[in-house]
Amino acid sequence: MTIYGVAILAFCFLVGKIMGSLLGAALGFDGDIGGVGFAMLLLMLINLYVKDKEWFRGESERGISFWKSMYLPIIVAMAATQNVNAAISGGAVALLVGVLGTLACFALVPWLSKIGNNEKQ
Amino acid sequence: MDIIENLLIKNGLLFAFLLVGLIMFGSMLISKKLLRGKIPGVAIAIFAGLALATFGGKKGLSDIPIFSGLALMGGSMLRDFSVVATAMGADLNKIKDAGLAGVLSLFIGVLVAFVMGVAIAYGLGYTDAISLTTIGAGSCTYIVGPVTGGALGASSEVLAISIAAGVIKTLIVTVLTPLIADRISLDNAKSAVVFGGLMGTTSGVAAGLAATDPDLVPYGAMTATFYTGLGCLLCPSILYYLVSLIF
Repeated sequence: MTIYGVAILAFCFLVGKIMGSLLGAALGFDGDIGGVGFAMLLLMLINLYVKDKEWFRGESERGISFWKSMYLPIIVAMAATQNVNAAISGGAVALLVGVLGTLACFALVPWLSKIGNNEKQ
Repeated sequence: MDIIENLLIKNGLLFAFLLVGLIMFGSMLISKKLLRGKIPGVAIAIFAGLALATFGGKKGLSDIPIFSGLALMGGSMLRDFSVVATAMGADLNKIKDAGLAGVLSLFIGVLVAFVMGVAIAYGLGYTDAISLTTIGAGSCTYIVGPVTGGALGASSEVLAISIAAGVIKTLIVTVLTPLIADRISLDNAKSAVVFGGLMGTTSGVAAGLAATDPDLVPYGAMTATFYTGLGCLLCPSILYYLVSLIF
């Protein structure tokens, strides 16, 4: 049943969010730290276990893959609800900070991606 | 007319599905026929979304009642739900391999963004530690900025700048990622993990990677989700302390 997949996804999502909020509370921060990350890890672990199960394959799996495929359109909707005007009217300071700060981080991607590679070779 | 308008407002989420479907369809068409696939359709669709957002206000196009369903569709609940779903195709081993680089990229990402923000703000005439820290925090993400500024008691002008800086970062990551992915060798799971940690803006990372290569989304989103929390912890505490020692 499709709802099984959706239910598994919702379970992972909620447990992840709870873990993220607890981690936040433990560190004295009012919010969720890494909730989505925990949820994703949990889903990957559950997937390892259920992927070969009879009841999960087919319909149930589609309950998750539907939401996976809705991800792009949801991002488009999100883009349409951003405060783009504020970004444009934030002035020179905001513009410079946003642009230069981001470019600096872009430049670090290839460098940091190499970390940990040497140990394995 | 009123009857139709009310109906569309009442069923806002469904109207949003229809709207986004049309935006996607138009964007794919433009990408294929006009640009011969040079710019991915998804990137065009996201850009179209951003352009449409200028017609609204604080919450973009969804400030207009008839488009309010977009706020639910593109809100954090459904966004995070679908981002979690992308983990279905992700390989746990690849994440393990990138573990150390991922954690490092989180700390370096927050630090570099913060230092850049503080340095630029100082160069443009801000000299008090609270304003500098708030603008530096805004350079992390548009959530870290106001959280930090709120905790330190920054002025509303500085708060607005720090939010704007964060939003600009999100926009730049969204638009620029597919264009420069090749140059920064953003083409495998590990570099996506690092990318997510360095950039940290979950929406920007998710959108930018989606337009680059949807297979990379779960890896980038995984680390990005820790960034805002880390920034909110570090900026108003240790980093503010360090800034106040210097200025």
